[in-house]
Amino acid sequence: MFQGALPPGSFGAVPQSIFEQAKRSGADLPLRRVIYGLMEIPAVITQWFETQGWQVHPHQQAMVARADAPAVLLIAPTGGGKTMAGFLPTLSDLAETPHQGLHTLYVSPLKALAADIKRNLRRPVEEIGLPIRIEDRTGDTSATRKRRQRADPPHILLTTPESLALLTSYEDAPRMFAGLKRVIVDEIHALSESKRGDQLFLALSRLQELRPDLRRVGLSATVDDPAAIAHLLARHPDPCEILTADPGPAPDISMLETEEAPPWSGGGAKYAVPAVLEQVKQHKTTLIFHNTRAQAEIFFHNLWLANEDALPIGIHHGSLDRVQRERVERAMVRGDLRAIVCTGSLDLGIDWGDVDLVIQIGAPKNVKRLVQRIGRANHRYNAPSKALLVPANRFEVVECVAALDAVRAGDLDGEPRGRGPRDVLCQHILITAAAGPFDADQLYARFRTVGAYSDLTRAEYDACLDFCATGGYALRAYDKWQRLLQRADGLWQLRDPRSARHIRMNIGTIQDTDTLKVRLKRARGGKPLGEIEEGFAASLSQGDTFLIGGEIVRYEGLNQMTVEVTRRADKKPKIATFMGTKFATSTQLSDRILRMFQQPSWPELPPHTADWLALQRDLSRLPEPGRLLVESFPHDGRENTVVYGFAGRNAMQTLGLLLSKRLEEEGLAPLGFVATDYATLIWGLDQVPDPAPLFDIDALRAGLDMWLAGNAVMKRTFRASATIAGLIERNTPSARKTGRQATFSSDILYDTLLKYDPDHLMMQITREEAMRGLVDFGRIEEMAARTAGRIDHVRPGRITPLAAPLFLEPGRVPIKGLAEERLLAEEAEKLLADAGITEQIVKPVWRVPY
Amino acid sequence: MNSHSFTFSGAALTALPSGALWWAQRGLLCVSDLHLGKSERIARRGGTHLPPYETQDTLDRLAADLDATSAKTVICLGDSFDDLGAAEALPESARLQITRLQAGRRWYWIEGNHDPGPVALGGAHLAELPLGPLLFRHIAEPGSQGEISGHYHPKVHLRTRAKTVTRPAFLMDRDRLILPAYGTYTGGLASHDPVLDALFGPDALAILTGRQALAVAMPRGSSRPAASKSGA
Repeated sequence: MFQGALPPGSFGAVPQSIFEQAKRSGADLPLRRVIYGLMEIPAVITQWFETQGWQVHPHQQAMVARADAPAVLLIAPTGGGKTMAGFLPTLSDLAETPHQGLHTLYVSPLKALAADIKRNLRRPVEEIGLPIRIEDRTGDTSATRKRRQRADPPHILLTTPESLALLTSYEDAPRMFAGLKRVIVDEIHALSESKRGDQLFLALSRLQELRPDLRRVGLSATVDDPAAIAHLLARHPDPCEILTADPGPAPDISMLETEEAPPWSGGGAKYAVPAVLEQVKQHKTTLIFHNTRAQAEIFFHNLWLANEDALPIGIHHGSLDRVQRERVERAMVRGDLRAIVCTGSLDLGIDWGDVDLVIQIGAPKNVKRLVQRIGRANHRYNAPSKALLVPANRFEVVECVAALDAVRAGDLDGEPRGRGPRDVLCQHILITAAAGPFDADQLYARFRTVGAYSDLTRAEYDACLDFCATGGYALRAYDKWQRLLQRADGLWQLRDPRSARHIRMNIGTIQDTDTLKVRLKRARGGKPLGEIEEGFAASLSQGDTFLIGGEIVRYEGLNQMTVEVTRRADKKPKIATFMGTKFATSTQLSDRILRMFQQPSWPELPPHTADWLALQRDLSRLPEPGRLLVESFPHDGRENTVVYGFAGRNAMQTLGLLLSKRLEEEGLAPLGFVATDYATLIWGLDQVPDPAPLFDIDALRAGLDMWLAGNAVMKRTFRASATIAGLIERNTPSARKTGRQATFSSDILYDTLLKYDPDHLMMQITREEAMRGLVDFGRIEEMAARTAGRIDHVRPGRITPLAAPLFLEPGRVPIKGLAEERLLAEEAEKLLADAGITEQIVKPVWRVPY
Repeated sequence: MNSHSFTFSGAALTALPSGALWWAQRGLLCVSDLHLGKSERIARRGGTHLPPYETQDTLDRLAADLDATSAKTVICLGDSFDDLGAAEALPESARLQITRLQAGRRWYWIEGNHDPGPVALGGAHLAELPLGPLLFRHIAEPGSQGEISGHYHPKVHLRTRAKTVTRPAFLMDRDRLILPAYGTYTGGLASHDPVLDALFGPDALAILTGRQALAVAMPRGSSRPAASKSGA
């Protein structure tokens, strides 16, 4: 962290506009600028900086000067000494004024980050001899230590949104937070994009209620819309100042040149392995980023096969066993590794030592995230970061070139997040009840101080409260078994105090897919390797092989919900599917790509990619901004239709749902679809004769409500929201072990609500969430207006160059319709024939009845 | 016809796509594991408030099967109620509906592990019921013949050429027949689970429920985990 401070004499020019007033926050108040008393950094701290040969950055100084502001958002590039800037006011205060109990709470999205900061913060504190106790508290902290922290909190507590939410659910929270003065939210740009952020800001409102003078600090990487984050950070409608640090020199970024051309499709980038190895050799430490865990596994495997010099290279992603990950992290910090193949698990600001090159395998999908990843290289503030983009296939060459243009133009992308989701609100009401009796009016007033919920209506709030108390069902109430009861004095409390335990166990907004642990098969339980998705495990038969942690293992069987494997692998591996974050290509990038397609030739693209686009133009055509290209062709025993809508992943997903619904109605037996930012691929048993009528916008609009009711995406959304809101309890591993007939699919709950109570709060939330995350119908209307019925239907007879990558896209949505019945009938016939059963009759066996 | 007819222990039976078993010769309809009152029981025990509509939904589907078959005899094969308390706490509308369904029919409640005692509703309460060549009981017992039971909520994962399809299913061989769970809030145990695998001989069949009752060889292989979604 401290290496972020500048060596003497290397000050860049300080921009005059270092202080920007938040435009959005406090919109209903006149903008005001408050002059705060200037706090100075105590001499003991500046002296320590000097002994390190460092000077304080201007933005670090500015943060200390702003120590009394109710909320400050600092935007600084990676390596800008951002975290130190966040802690300097705390250290300065504690150095001069002794403090009893908790002084500063630090929240970060990663457990590892909390541990990392603890290490880095303790050094100056110890060397200066400040009387400051620093501890972290995450899911990994022992129960004993957690108990002790509640009774006797440290001065600085480093934690995660989930652990903080849990802390606020205890009855003794007021005592624990009694002395709290400051809260620091690190990597706030990452948190503000998810429900973890909503959860965090709700918890902050509780802390602010306990400590009205609480100061909030947000630390963010470079983003497109700082005011939106400021609005989330500040106590609404308080102002939030935004400080922007000197962004430093422009990054040195280019596309990796390889002798071999990238393939037409696929995500492995195997072709680039020799060139990547060469780069690793030329640099000290290289981070090799991948967009998915599966791709990271494959690439790591291929890298090792080609690693003749046996360079020390590690792999790090969220599905690997924790022990394995920590080993890699330690080796990295010691500087023992020349490269790490990784995913988003290394996206955030942990200090990994001397990284001097970042390689991004696969198109970056999002310019903002790319810029943040590039910042991982070279933690020295004044040196440019060096990064290379490696497209995995030829479509990605186009995406990479477009992304490079965008980075050079400083054109960051972002989508506004919208209102706070009410499932998180329901969870917070339950957390509040677990902490003790509460007043409904006061809680409503508190919710309105949270940026994301500042326009929450009373009716919306009351519906959430009713849901938490009675279930909120229209036709039958749980009068007798209410979860929350209103007492005679008007306060609400849990009916059964023991339910607080259930509530605490369900805290969180992260959706874990059901995963199974993978272990080497040994007499006494072998080495844990990591986890795979249960659905993938179900597809394995004994002898099948897959990749995990870079090795090919052979599936031997299941033992107590653990996948047992051996290293006796000699086959080509199947690919493990991991549920990782899947990035969507931003709208800006999509637009850039579409514009690029219109050029007569592509001198800025490598010849192989230019040739490929030309081939697409020959075999079919290239998508145009004012027209809609539709291709139909048979492939892999199915009939495929590809719509190049370029409307963004969510809208293309919606289009897939609507179109497949229309095809089902017309008896064309669609089996499923998959959407990317630029296209939707639908496959089925029959050919689509004429697609033009399918795109009639009125028909699509009419179909919207119908499919909203019955499709798989809605059920998936329902499951996530119902779990967060506390309608469904999280599956604990022990519950899964006890046998399956006791649990049933959340789809059944969705179907039941749809039939009997379609306007129930959970159904409203599901619709809102789907509209927000997955529907984006506005962009379909935009696409329809843009293309205005100008549809080009091409039947190339086989898969086309542009369509090929779609067949490897994850996130396929199955359709349960007529096609399923037809397949079942086929399969039943085949199975019976295979089993030698020609008649579906079991021979009678005579028995004497009792 | 969407149902699947077969002969079992000398009785001509029909598996209905709903998961009910129809014995035409005797005018008898058999359903298993209704789990009425499940949402109430979960809330009573301090759990979550699931949509309290499953009892009505289950009874509506049963009414439709009774209408379609004009059954004269009904056997509920155990776990008809999620527990005895749930039977007592049934809403008035559900009691009335059960009474209406029982009118003019012989009705047997077989005891299950969830509902081991008599309930204050019409119909006879039995531990098990032999009828002609068949024996109706809740949980299958080793060495039985002509046995019809429930309890396990069997379901089947079937790999087709395009995807794996999961359905509740009847399982049977020449000695025993196990019914799928009929209740709305019920999950299932995969046919390849060792417990079910051990109960059936090599020639066992599965009859899938859904739009159409479909017979296939019972998917086996105890080395594979269930690929089910689960919740609640």
